[in-house]
Amino acid sequence: MAMHDAQPRALALVLVIGLAGLAVFPIFGADEKFYMQFLAKVMVMAIFAMSLDLLIGYGGLVSLGHAMYFGLAGYTLMSLTPEYEGASLWISLAAALGVCALAALVVGLLVLRTSGIYFIMVTLAFAQMAYYVVHDSKYLGGSDGKYVYVKPVLSFFGWQPFSLDKLAAFYYVILGTLAGVYFLLRLLLASPFGHVLVGIKANEHRMRSLGFPTFSYKLVAFVIAGVLAGLAGYLAAALDGLVNPELLSWHQSGQALMMVILGGMGTPAGPILGAGALKLLELLLTSWTKHWQLLLGLFIVLVVLVFPNGLASLFGKRKRGGAEHG
Amino acid sequence: MDPAIFLIQLLNSLQYGLLLFLVASGLTLIFGIMGIINLAHGSFYMIGAYLAFSLTAAVGNFWLALFLGVLLSVALGLALEWLLIQRLYHRDHLYQVLLTYGLILIFEEARSLIWGDDVHGVQVPEFLNFSIPLTETLSYQVYRVVMSGICLLLAAAMYFLIQRTRLGMMIRAGATNREMVQALGINIGLLYRLVFALGIALAAFAGMLGSPISSVYPGMGNQVLIVSFVVVVIGGIGSVRGALVAALLIGIADTFGKVLVPQIAGMTAYLLMAAVLLWRPEGLFKRA
Amino acid sequence: MNDNNVSSKRRSLLKGAAGAAGLAATGILHAPAVIAQPARLKVGLMLPYTGTYAALGNAITNAFKLYIAEKGGKVGGREIEYVVLDDESEPAKGVDNANRIVNRDKVDVLVGTVHSGVQAGMVKVSRESGVLSIIPNAGFGAATGQLCAPNIFRSSFSNWQTIHPLGKVMMEKGHKSCVWISWKYAAGEEMFGGFKEGYEKVGGKIVKEMWLPFPNVEFQALLTEIAAAKPDAVACFFAGGGAVKFVKDYDAAGLKGKIPLYGNGFVTDGTLQAQGSSAQGLLTTLHYADGLEFPKDKTFRLAYAKAYKLQPDVYAVQGYDAAQMLDVGLSAAKGDIKAQKQIVAAIEKATIDSPRGRFTISRAHNPVQDIYLRQVVGESNKFVGIAWKNLSDPARGCSMA
Repeated sequence: MAMHDAQPRALALVLVIGLAGLAVFPIFGADEKFYMQFLAKVMVMAIFAMSLDLLIGYGGLVSLGHAMYFGLAGYTLMSLTPEYEGASLWISLAAALGVCALAALVVGLLVLRTSGIYFIMVTLAFAQMAYYVVHDSKYLGGSDGKYVYVKPVLSFFGWQPFSLDKLAAFYYVILGTLAGVYFLLRLLLASPFGHVLVGIKANEHRMRSLGFPTFSYKLVAFVIAGVLAGLAGYLAAALDGLVNPELLSWHQSGQALMMVILGGMGTPAGPILGAGALKLLELLLTSWTKHWQLLLGLFIVLVVLVFPNGLASLFGKRKRGGAEHG
Repeated sequence: MDPAIFLIQLLNSLQYGLLLFLVASGLTLIFGIMGIINLAHGSFYMIGAYLAFSLTAAVGNFWLALFLGVLLSVALGLALEWLLIQRLYHRDHLYQVLLTYGLILIFEEARSLIWGDDVHGVQVPEFLNFSIPLTETLSYQVYRVVMSGICLLLAAAMYFLIQRTRLGMMIRAGATNREMVQALGINIGLLYRLVFALGIALAAFAGMLGSPISSVYPGMGNQVLIVSFVVVVIGGIGSVRGALVAALLIGIADTFGKVLVPQIAGMTAYLLMAAVLLWRPEGLFKRA
Repeated sequence: MNDNNVSSKRRSLLKGAAGAAGLAATGILHAPAVIAQPARLKVGLMLPYTGTYAALGNAITNAFKLYIAEKGGKVGGREIEYVVLDDESEPAKGVDNANRIVNRDKVDVLVGTVHSGVQAGMVKVSRESGVLSIIPNAGFGAATGQLCAPNIFRSSFSNWQTIHPLGKVMMEKGHKSCVWISWKYAAGEEMFGGFKEGYEKVGGKIVKEMWLPFPNVEFQALLTEIAAAKPDAVACFFAGGGAVKFVKDYDAAGLKGKIPLYGNGFVTDGTLQAQGSSAQGLLTTLHYADGLEFPKDKTFRLAYAKAYKLQPDVYAVQGYDAAQMLDVGLSAAKGDIKAQKQIVAAIEKATIDSPRGRFTISRAHNPVQDIYLRQVVGESNKFVGIAWKNLSDPARGCSMA
């Protein structure tokens, strides 16, 4: 899986070691329920960040409303889960992703007319509207949120290979999803579609005069990113067993943005690195001092000043933007 | 709606809009002229409010406190530009977002260390501490009127500064073509430093001016941050005139939204922004 | 909080508080260093130490530690060790943080929190893990309603409880109709439910409900509406910075002298310095007040002021009582945290001698307590009378009630 020449070897190595570490962790750490859960959450956030990086790093579309899809998928799962039994995984997942695709399509049609900072702000505007709908709706649990009482049930024609109630099983499902999304994105970016997308980021005008319907390309990317964010949100809601409006808040969007920039945007592994670094750092700092936010702030400032292209640049030099990608 | 009540609500809109303008004007200047996205803008608003609280208690006079507070925030702005911001001019916007997000965390914690986590109030200056009766039951605080007056004065002063002075000319030129201005022998680094300090001082001043009516509390900066961005974007980035119009529009949307369509009152500002941007994708007043 | 250990696993209270000059001054630190046979009891304090509610988190923590220190650092014969975690009042991290303190730090007792949204996540983890949990603030009804559980107690209040008696109070003052105003969020709606029920039962009429988007603090538009509607009175719920601004704006709009304002105690608690003259004379209901003539209250206030150089507030009382409840339970089980049935039974039967006055625990595990009518005089919420004796939350949907 490792040797993509577009990615520095050191980074690829880190990625392989990291994934391998994640894969064997439950063998030693299955009793460490917290760490299992923590890593599962990191992976979910990594998927979320990767979906955002498709927009930012490759499409040049900086969205500050990406949490909208993350949250919508979670709320869809919640709505479809009865109080005493699990929802069917296939049905609820399909519904959640469908809702996200539809939402992203509608929002995308409108917001892609703008660009730059205006794009940031309109995506934020739509996400804030969705936030208030959820926040003010009694049926959806209002500001306190609502429980997903039972985890979704995975079954093939009545056969249940394993139950997601088992944390280890759920952990591997998430790990598998993470790997799947990673390869899917690499495939996508190596495809002609990916090349056009990167081309649009570099020079949209040129791409348009070459005859590419750039709007449609951006729209497709926007919908894919929304669906993948929804996938992450679905997993997060099932893992936590709880949804609340903060899942759609701009803080959540901002956090994913931080992960992408911190890790290195436009690098396939960057968002994973960023998600891991940010979550781990938070864990360490909050364990250590009450003034952890001060230290986290200083760390972020330092990263910007010292590692101009995110943490991924630690592992070798590479032009940002992924233009030579694939 | 009763015509008298309608007029009063309009007055409320105006007053809220003008204060919003004051916060947002600094943001749009820094943004439009220097190309810096400053997420920490709300933090300076908060710092201003806390400065007003401390300084008023220390010197015993609100206006003197305002003056000292402005000096301090200018100093803070200069120092930050020199220390951090000047390293960002040639970087992607996203790194500015990341760095200034880090600053939010730092300032919030610094606030907690310096001032603690309690809620505070600032007394309205004695000679303005009365209200004018408008209807049988409702009065209007004189301080609010004075505050609106000060905001209008500042708006006029900014217009004059940017459109009519040599400094303003340099600022406008610097926004359009950095290299050319430099070639003309103008110290653009110094110019940017001044603009940044001015923007910070405007945010802090808004916090100070508003403190007697808004109270002073942790996290107060986050509340104005997003709405200031909305104002800047609706108005058109870098346009002070646009910011004024947009702030007044938001003031009206917020006030009447709460009264007429309370179910969606939380969304009115965003609805307005989405509508404006779908109609004019670069805001109402695109920078000339 | 004087010490800043957030999650040190090894530090006991004694070491942790060694830097706390206040505690040292009380002399309780000189307890002989016994070699305790049983392992230390781990108490997890998951509370906000940053953000809007940081002051509340600190007050609860201070008072909890004060009680334990008064008992020589031990309850039920076991030394206490703290694991402290900042929950940031961030609901998106509620489950993660609760998991961390329960499953990683392996606390024996979970104390927290302030914010209802975070509490929802904590309650979930408490129910799944069965860890003994005490809620020292969050009034979110479901915690001792639908989601009630044998291992979950609350030392504070339910939202319903604090404001239910207000309607009766207003009626007695002759206000037959009123306008309601609050933020549109879960706590606001629960408060409204409690108020409405109480007010309408005695024949009051709510002529208009006004809701502000949370946490918006631009009240002017709605104050203008209130002035136009001219109701007999206004009932409200706000807290923190919003409460300060609302009370000041209400006064500045000239409404205070003309349309009386009522609310539950959060409108005037911890905010009086900031509200200044605008709050003078306001009547509110809450389960605590200044000037309660209980000996327990006096000693508590003295001890707290001495230890922390601060006046305690209602949140401190709730933190202190959380520690008392833990003590009652653990003493009955002789320090054996595994004997949860015994612990639960002891707390259920107990009468807690709180600074707020004695209270008992309902079957849903919420305090059954007196709600006081208080009036703002200077910078205190002076006790006026008992608005409702022994008020119990209806605990709707709780299978234990």
